[in-house]
Amino acid sequence: MIVTPPRLSHTKKKMVLHRCGVTVALLVLISLSVIVVASRQESTLNNGRHDFQEELVISPLQSGDIYASFQFRTLWEADFFGGNKVSHYRLFPKSLGQVISKFSVRELHISLTQGYWRTMQWGQPYQPSPPGAELWVWFQDSVTDVDGTWSELTNVLSGIFCASLNFDSINSIQPSASFKPLGIGNVTDHRFLRYATLPRETVCTENLTPWKKLLPCGSKAGLAVLLKSEKLFHSSFHSQAVHIRPVCQDAQCATTSWELRQTLNVVFDLYVSGQGKREWSLFKMFSRTLTEACPLASSSKIYVDVSDNSEGEDFVLSPATPLLRQAVVLGDRRTFSVYDLTQKSTFGTTSSLNLLIRWKSSDAHMLRPLLHAERYVAGYRLQSGEIHTLMYNNHPYRSFPVLLLDLVPWYLRLYIHTLSVTSKGKTNRPSYIHYEPSKDRVKPHTLEMLVQLPPNSVTEVTVHFDRILLKWTEYPPDPNHGFYVGSSVVSSLVPSIVAMDTNATHECPLFNSFFPSKEETSYFVRLYTEPLLVNLPTPDFSMPYNVICLTCTVVAVGYGSLFNLLTRNFQIGEPRPGVAKRIANVIRKMRGVPPL
Amino acid sequence: MGLLSDPTRRRALISLLTRLNTPICAVCYMAGVAWFMGLAFEPFTLRMHMSENAMGSTMVEERFQAGERALVTAKEFGVQKNKAGGMPVDWLVKAMQDRGLEVFTQSFSRTLPFPDENKERFMVKGTNVYGILRAPRAPRTEALMLTAPCSQGNDNNQAVGMLLVLAQYFRSQVYWAKDIIFLVNEHDLIGMQAWLEGYHHTNITGMEWSPLQGRAGAIQAALSLELSSDVVTSLDIVLEGLNGQLPNLDLVNLFYAFCQKFDVLCTFQGKLQRNDWDSPSGYSHAVQTMMLMVLKQASGHSWGDHGLFLRYQVEAVTIKGINSYRQYKTTTTTVGRLLEGMYRKLNNLLERLHQSFFFYLLPSLSHFVSISYYMPAFGLLAAILLLRALNLWVELSAPPATEDGVANVEQSSSGVLSVVTPLVISHLTGVALYTLPVHFQEMAVEHFPVSETEAVVLTAIAVYTAGLALPHNTHRFVSGEGTEQGWRVLKLVAVLYLAVLLGCTALLNFSLGFILALTLVPVAAGVTPHMPKFPTACVMVVLSPACTLLFSVFAFHELQETPLSFQDTWLLFLSVISQGILDHALYGALVFPLLAMLVYPCWLLFWNILFWK
Repeated sequence: MIVTPPRLSHTKKKMVLHRCGVTVALLVLISLSVIVVASRQESTLNNGRHDFQEELVISPLQSGDIYASFQFRTLWEADFFGGNKVSHYRLFPKSLGQVISKFSVRELHISLTQGYWRTMQWGQPYQPSPPGAELWVWFQDSVTDVDGTWSELTNVLSGIFCASLNFDSINSIQPSASFKPLGIGNVTDHRFLRYATLPRETVCTENLTPWKKLLPCGSKAGLAVLLKSEKLFHSSFHSQAVHIRPVCQDAQCATTSWELRQTLNVVFDLYVSGQGKREWSLFKMFSRTLTEACPLASSSKIYVDVSDNSEGEDFVLSPATPLLRQAVVLGDRRTFSVYDLTQKSTFGTTSSLNLLIRWKSSDAHMLRPLLHAERYVAGYRLQSGEIHTLMYNNHPYRSFPVLLLDLVPWYLRLYIHTLSVTSKGKTNRPSYIHYEPSKDRVKPHTLEMLVQLPPNSVTEVTVHFDRILLKWTEYPPDPNHGFYVGSSVVSSLVPSIVAMDTNATHECPLFNSFFPSKEETSYFVRLYTEPLLVNLPTPDFSMPYNVICLTCTVVAVGYGSLFNLLTRNFQIGEPRPGVAKRIANVIRKMRGVPPL
Repeated sequence: MGLLSDPTRRRALISLLTRLNTPICAVCYMAGVAWFMGLAFEPFTLRMHMSENAMGSTMVEERFQAGERALVTAKEFGVQKNKAGGMPVDWLVKAMQDRGLEVFTQSFSRTLPFPDENKERFMVKGTNVYGILRAPRAPRTEALMLTAPCSQGNDNNQAVGMLLVLAQYFRSQVYWAKDIIFLVNEHDLIGMQAWLEGYHHTNITGMEWSPLQGRAGAIQAALSLELSSDVVTSLDIVLEGLNGQLPNLDLVNLFYAFCQKFDVLCTFQGKLQRNDWDSPSGYSHAVQTMMLMVLKQASGHSWGDHGLFLRYQVEAVTIKGINSYRQYKTTTTTVGRLLEGMYRKLNNLLERLHQSFFFYLLPSLSHFVSISYYMPAFGLLAAILLLRALNLWVELSAPPATEDGVANVEQSSSGVLSVVTPLVISHLTGVALYTLPVHFQEMAVEHFPVSETEAVVLTAIAVYTAGLALPHNTHRFVSGEGTEQGWRVLKLVAVLYLAVLLGCTALLNFSLGFILALTLVPVAAGVTPHMPKFPTACVMVVLSPACTLLFSVFAFHELQETPLSFQDTWLLFLSVISQGILDHALYGALVFPLLAMLVYPCWLLFWNILFWK
């Protein structure tokens, strides 16, 4: 076996050299390569290294609702495109592995969501997703027929997740900037990207069950025990997703492995699930408590967001945990209480963990997230309308750019010359616009633009459209329900709250607090607006038979004879002579006498 | 069609139609009126039935309990309203927030074209408060709506109380599939219009309003609630909306079905249901109910807050609690349950309400008359106009056959001029009637001791009367003496014009078309210059649009069993005119421009024919 030493990055190598000298560096290199060899040998036995982690973040929300976010991560160092067929699966689900190799997928993100994330009440979610189904896939650059592969792939995924994702080129687009690969790799040619949404998809138990089956422990052990559909679907918001991407195996990024991240986000409502009491426990949320971690998991943790509760003034958390962890999440410094499920002591004497959060105060207030967006249809007639997208920048002094992506079906005819972007009453010229017009019955509109949002402002994007009268076979079975237009996607780098926070300076050493932007100055946010329900002019389908009969009769009788009357030249004709007279005339003709 | 292509038979048919024209017209007119009166007769009507499957029977038990709390909340709201001297915005915002709604406000202002003396307002400023109940797991694409106007005095406090308590109850339920918007609007229709324009981001009437912050997608149905007393003996449903639009019949069915389920007395046009359809008194009851509906629909006025929704394709009705001091009483809890039941059924809707009728007349809540039954009544009246037009056409085409061609050409050219001039002049009078009252109010107030509103109404009447004197001799300035041929051509044009006008009106608002046809068709059919001038003129004035309006006002109050003296009728007539002009300016009602710019000029053409010399 030929062993290639791991490629250290230049700076890393330099640092090592400075610290330890040449010989030590060589030693390190050798030992590293030995480790790699050992792991490689082990991995050839097991067909790649496996790792599985599970995690639950619980965030008590100011509104009194509670947000639970599950993440399950499976890492697998496998080469699907190396030539030899991957056939031995352990933790990684075989169904998805086969999908990756068959369709040459580089990255796959699918989310199924029921409900709309309320940014104004709940803040930013950890994994944003639009209502309904969303799927975006980057293919390997070896794929030649991307459209064909995409349509086959979506059919397979529909089967796996029990969804009705019938995506083809009529409703899929290729965003040029909004959806960049999240894993490693440098191919960013958007010919290999496909993006589609299905706003109307209803998500329920039949989608949850196959999703749970992808987990190594199923729903038998670990955090997945909590995922019972009778409670999960009694919530205000439910979103489940699968993300597959290639990631670095280690800091040196010598080898890549496949990461499968399964996420599930759920928000329980204070009034509906909580009976109006500001008191939450695992049992109240999920009607289950925890007794063990998944035995296959290398790490199994519960985080509870206690940042707003540093002195316990807002809520009481029991059982208390000494483990605290600080992290900068979505630009804000948050503190989490950590419960490690792999430790026996976590479960206490009753050997079951039932986290309890009891609020002391009961005031709810609307949040002012730095960025939020909404969308609606203006106008009321069935002929035309206007799509309004509002984007709020609530940052007091910084402007930042956002990328807006709109996918509009072809049956709304957009008039791009009416596109207007205004902030604070002035025209705001987008610095980049990517527009692909639709083709009737072939492809939808893609509208993507980069807009700079001034500080403390509302930016309004409006565009006119016409509603089309479809062919009668193109209407769905319930045409009077309306037609959905998927959410628009707002992606942005938002200035970090940590960077803008100048109050915290007195806690830090002075030498550390001069420049405000000591941590990451901005963070990535993706927002989805509401989907739209648009009414198109709809014929009355209630009596098609009568209508057809009546129309045919009118056309046949009315039009036919009227046309006849209009085109015929009328002359007053002599009545035809009788038989006797005709015979007499014949005789007279033979005689040479003029006829009667 | 063979009949038309065969010249002899065609001639026979035409001669029959021309010979018997007057009797046929008379028969048609009587048949039309008889048909219309017969609509309330039971065999003509259809039983109410639910067409929408999603709102059919469901095994639902209504659990609303908080009727008493609604009354307490109403009292609290009343106290706050008196304290604030209007809409208690802050209190409402707090109350809705405490009930778990997303709350937003909208401020609006509007200066009326002239003061509204009925409601005593001129410069209107107000605030709407609305809270959105977000349905769990719904993507904000569909919504239902419940509104309660915040009226002056102590009116309607109970409705606001009920709205708040229902919001609280609905908030804790898990089954909502559509968001529910709870709106308390100030200044009744003006606030409603401001909110609807804000929600749909359109500006139809030039009102100023602040943009809305929260939305919930396409509104599927709306109820407007009016409760003004703690005791409710019956519930009344109001349907007639702006420009005579009606909500889908299924919404009415739904209300009626729940009234029956809870044994709530329900009235329509303030009249209870009766079961004795066969008896003469039962029949006259049904006719009265239907006539009230026809008159209200013809007015084009929005008879409740719901009326403004219909323009936006939102099906809506107003439900009014009535306290008529009957023995039989309905508790507030029952009213709440009835609303709960209705909302749960509406929540089940998978499509917009479209299965049932949009065009109907109701002789009672349990029966309805569909468009196919009532349209023939109008058709018979409209046929008279066509028959007269045919007759005139035949009369006009007969003489040239005997004369020589040169005279014919001269006559037709003068004919065109003698037709166009009165047409133009009468329409200019119509435009004057439309524009002058509002624009000249200041001048009128300066010169006469009247208020602005009186000035507007009196100017309108003055222009109307002046129009009677103006146009009837105009054709002489252009073409000298009027000829026999001339008035026939003019009448032919006028009759066809009226036929088209009434036909279009009847398609959009049957009631208005039918009432106008009732009075205008005899005029149009009968008038010639050879009639005795003075009596005919009197009859024509009596049958003119303004007098039709006067009679309608009178008949409306007779039917409502609140008879008026002539004096009161006259005053009411004046206020109805100002109301019509205001409706047009504030909400975009079309009856005033229709009457002023089309119907009145058309009538003037016939006036012109009478005075043809």
